[in-house]
Amino acid sequence: MKVLVYIDQREGKIKSIAWEALTLAHTMAGSSAQVAAVLVGDAVGGSAGEIAGWGADAVFVADHASLKNFNVMSYAKAVGSAVDTFKPDLIIAGATPMGRELLPRLVARFSAGILTDVTSLKASGDKLSATKPMYSGKCIGNMEMKKGKLNIVSIRPNVFAAKKCGEGSASVQSIAADGFADERLKTVEIRKGKSERPDLTEASVIVSGGRSVGSADNFKIIFECADAIGATVGASRAAVDAGYATHDMQVGQTGKTVNPNLYIACGISGAIQHMAGMRSSKVIVAINTDPEAPIFTIADYGIVADLFEAVPKLTEEFKKMMG
Amino acid sequence: MKILVLLKETPDTETKIKISGDKMSFDETGYKYIISPYDEYAIEEALKLKDKDAGTEVVVCTFGPETAKERMIKALAMGADRGILVSNKGCERADSVAVAKLLAAVIKAENPDLVFGGKQAIDKDDSQTISMTAEFLDWPHINVATKFTLEGKRALVERSVEGGQVEVYDVALPFILGADKTINSPRYASLPGIMKAKKKPLDIKSPSDFGHAPDTMMANSTVTAASFDYPPAKPPGKIFKGEDVAVMVGKVAKLLRDEAKVI
Repeated sequence: MKVLVYIDQREGKIKSIAWEALTLAHTMAGSSAQVAAVLVGDAVGGSAGEIAGWGADAVFVADHASLKNFNVMSYAKAVGSAVDTFKPDLIIAGATPMGRELLPRLVARFSAGILTDVTSLKASGDKLSATKPMYSGKCIGNMEMKKGKLNIVSIRPNVFAAKKCGEGSASVQSIAADGFADERLKTVEIRKGKSERPDLTEASVIVSGGRSVGSADNFKIIFECADAIGATVGASRAAVDAGYATHDMQVGQTGKTVNPNLYIACGISGAIQHMAGMRSSKVIVAINTDPEAPIFTIADYGIVADLFEAVPKLTEEFKKMMG
Repeated sequence: MKILVLLKETPDTETKIKISGDKMSFDETGYKYIISPYDEYAIEEALKLKDKDAGTEVVVCTFGPETAKERMIKALAMGADRGILVSNKGCERADSVAVAKLLAAVIKAENPDLVFGGKQAIDKDDSQTISMTAEFLDWPHINVATKFTLEGKRALVERSVEGGQVEVYDVALPFILGADKTINSPRYASLPGIMKAKKKPLDIKSPSDFGHAPDTMMANSTVTAASFDYPPAKPPGKIFKGEDVAVMVGKVAKLLRDEAKVI
């Protein structure tokens, strides 16, 4: 099977999801001769060698000033050009804001099949089988795609292992990228986020606060705990609706679905829609005054205590450990 | 100006999903249905344009079961002018590509200046209909939009991406916008609005009316759900209570370092 991997990069920095996608591609393809990567951006060509070290035999590079910032119209044309040349059976990308925006356009362009945000993928007979969380993870769909046509899959970040393989050399093929810009959609600017921390969907550690945090000011103790371990701060819908936290911090069914190694829920009782968004976290810690709170049913470790007492103490413990 | 809003009926966010005995479908007894929350932001964004210019026509459209009529009436009660319900009878399990093709055909037939939808439906969480439908139409699209400002034949749209970054686009009409939560606060239907909604036109159509026969949609679908499972159950955790808080916190911190090895 020939597999093409879309390399997710921002400002020339390749995201770890790209290595996860390449490792999976290698497993699906069986040998590196069948794996290619496509990299789109401005002055990104220097990364081709790095990509080769992850098992890609060929790297298609669309390197052009007009591709500096992500733009779905021009990026879809660039990736489409790699598809035309390489003729893959399968395209893998991350289920990131970029991958999710881009892949469905390729589906329509190449009459492909698509699955978004899968958590496992394997070939069996004339099918590809995948698992995909639905209803924000309240249930898992066991999905099947027919082989024999192009299939396009985006993978959930932080689920698939990333393992270096391959020879470390790849043929670099440049894609002629003039004329990809589309007058109808122009990227005016990219405004930087205020936060230096990873996004919730990419974070490996998250500390979240619920309504019992009580105010936006009080969220300070959640931020302090997060600072101690380099975590990203999340919030329940109740905390967001009450104005204690912003919507981009919301974890749950109408917020973000997260998948960190460690999730610390402070004063969150565990509404169905919240737990749907974070239950696949590898280790869950719950701090709540109510021992009957549903969050304790999915917690690996729980502390029945007032968050205002427990969280600052936990922050101190973390600081000691991190030295 | 004419705006078409795509919406989908989904179970309420508080719904406990029940998988049927054969694992092939869901036991929907007791489900409460809603307009998928992000689609309500799309309706509101269209109605805001209508507030500014009463000549604006807002058409809501759904592909789904005929029970979704209730959701359409809610959208009409909020202020939309008319509705098109394309029945999914005979193609309930059509894949998302077949559905996007159908939606593109409906959009072509209606010929609106703008199409709004939610960034994703909260059942399958795919977040792919907006972009796929746009490509079938050869229109631009912007999904996960957090701000929309119309400027003549173009619009300025902000899209929120990872790490709190915001991409700002200048986009030509017609295009499809997928709304995120922060774009607005949807209005409630007023009592007069609810009364009026009952008299507003609501057409029930078949996919065949748009050149996509249900059996063809099924035949062209190559992605299927073979079965459903609940997420794996977790073994009970170590829950500490009744001890001194400092002691409990100390124990958990040590477990995180030595047992779970995540610190």
